Amino acid sequence: MKILGFDSSGMVASVAIVEDDILVAEYSVNYKKTHSQTLLPMFDEVVRMTELDPESIDAIAVAAGPGSFTGLRIGMSTVKGLGLALDKPVIAVPTCHALAFNLWGSDKLICPILDARRSQVYTALYEFENGEMITLKEQEAMDIGDLTDIINTMERDVIFVGDGIPVFKERIKENVIKNVSFAPAHLNRQRAGSVAALGLIYMKEGKAESADDVKPVYLRKSQAEREREEKDGRR
Amino acid sequence: MSVNILAIESSCDETAAAVVEDGRNVKSNIIYSQIELHKLYGGVVPEIASRKHVEKINQVIRAAIDEAKVSWDDIDAVAVTYGPGLVGALLVGVSAAKAIAYAKKKPLVGVHHIEGHIAANYIENPELKPPYMCMVASGGHSHLVHVLDYNKYEIVGRTRDDAAGEAFDKVARAIGLGYPGGPKIDKLAKEGNPHAVEFPRAHMEDSYDFSFSGLKSAVLNYLNGCQMKGIEVNNADIAASFQKAVIDVLVDNSINAAKAHGCNSVALAGGVASNSSLRDAMKAACEKNGMAFYKPSPIFCTDNAAMIGVAGYHEYMAGTRHGWDLNAEPNLPMKTI
Repeated sequence: MKILGFDSSGMVASVAIVEDDILVAEYSVNYKKTHSQTLLPMFDEVVRMTELDPESIDAIAVAAGPGSFTGLRIGMSTVKGLGLALDKPVIAVPTCHALAFNLWGSDKLICPILDARRSQVYTALYEFENGEMITLKEQEAMDIGDLTDIINTMERDVIFVGDGIPVFKERIKENVIKNVSFAPAHLNRQRAGSVAALGLIYMKEGKAESADDVKPVYLRKSQAEREREEKDGRR
Repeated sequence: MSVNILAIESSCDETAAAVVEDGRNVKSNIIYSQIELHKLYGGVVPEIASRKHVEKINQVIRAAIDEAKVSWDDIDAVAVTYGPGLVGALLVGVSAAKAIAYAKKKPLVGVHHIEGHIAANYIENPELKPPYMCMVASGGHSHLVHVLDYNKYEIVGRTRDDAAGEAFDKVARAIGLGYPGGPKIDKLAKEGNPHAVEFPRAHMEDSYDFSFSGLKSAVLNYLNGCQMKGIEVNNADIAASFQKAVIDVLVDNSINAAKAHGCNSVALAGGVASNSSLRDAMKAACEKNGMAFYKPSPIFCTDNAAMIGVAGYHEYMAGTRHGWDLNAEPNLPMKTI
């Protein structure tokens, strides 16, 4: 089974091809250029390098969110377009799930954190048991202090992954009681290889969606909606 | 051999796709309007618009292909609006269009939104050919464009502040009509006296530029003054008088610019071009001056992808091709001489 992976949920633009248990190609760039300029040219490069016939793939996996709203939409619109044109299904992989999958097999509590501004993180908690990733806490936006409180109740060593690390590292070290570690350079950001590999598992579980219906998971309403609801609440 | 363009437009609050043959024949024109969603907020909310585009983009494209009864083999190129507009909204159409063109190995042609509005005139007016003078007026744009060729333009006038449609929206809000203001003022104005209040017309010296900010303020000040003095306001008269002031400026500038540039034809384009009084007034002025007058049907005045297919066709024939790194450009300038 051949799965494409795309991740443009954060600063990293990343594309990958996974065929069964082999990562055929992975191309990640963590640089300031905007994803709309990089993502498709990167995919084109990977296609040419591996002489891939896009028609031969089985599905397209994408980091569906949370993350940068604009980044998510660039990735999602790209895979929706590919899915429509190639007549292939799309697998929406939660961004935190894919980040945790970078640390496959770890015996620690795995905590992806994405900077969500306003001293919040998009986060979730996972562990591996017999090679299977188990979600202990689903993805949500929460205050970094609340997150470290939850981690402390679990009384386990924890490893962090994601672009929230440089922002919250000091607070995490101060607040978390048990041993804390941070994923190294090659594992601590979004990787389309993880998105595709996890996508392949989801595909086998029947979790693929129609390219027409799939949409990003923002975990947050737009500012206008939030303000309107606050106003209605005050009435 | 005919040339078919699949066109995609998502620059503001309409998700649209179309298939256009040979730059004139619209085989399908699918528009998903989000207007009901934005009415709650009194205007377009960029983040909400962008989110809705992602949800609707594939359905709209698929419907355009189905309704046109074409196969992918019949499509010669994919055209997409890449500016100007709301960047988050534009990115959805641009990303999807690039992916489709890539996967189907079709050339990609980026189209300027305003050039699309102008090109809408070719759909129903086969006799219209450049050069001509075109007044483009919408919620986000007000330009007086000398169309020299199918993809060659000279901007001879522009708004110095508010777009015409923006002024309509603001005045509509002030007299309690809600969003969007254009069609509501157009309707109410029919019951009012356009000479009830003489609002100012801003004419710039030595220029075909226009300004609607002063007019808008004059209306708001007038309403305020009436309220202070306890004078009851006839909203229909306000709508009619305000609209007349906008139209006078748009028509005068168009005719004067057409004369100065030796144009025998004047065209309207953009959302405000749907305004029935503007259409009537421009037609009358053109007749008086011996000029031909062109306008798109209202369905091609609103944001739509058929117009992008027409402009895209001319770009395609002129050899325009964009790469896979095409980006959304919210302030994209027109290709002027």
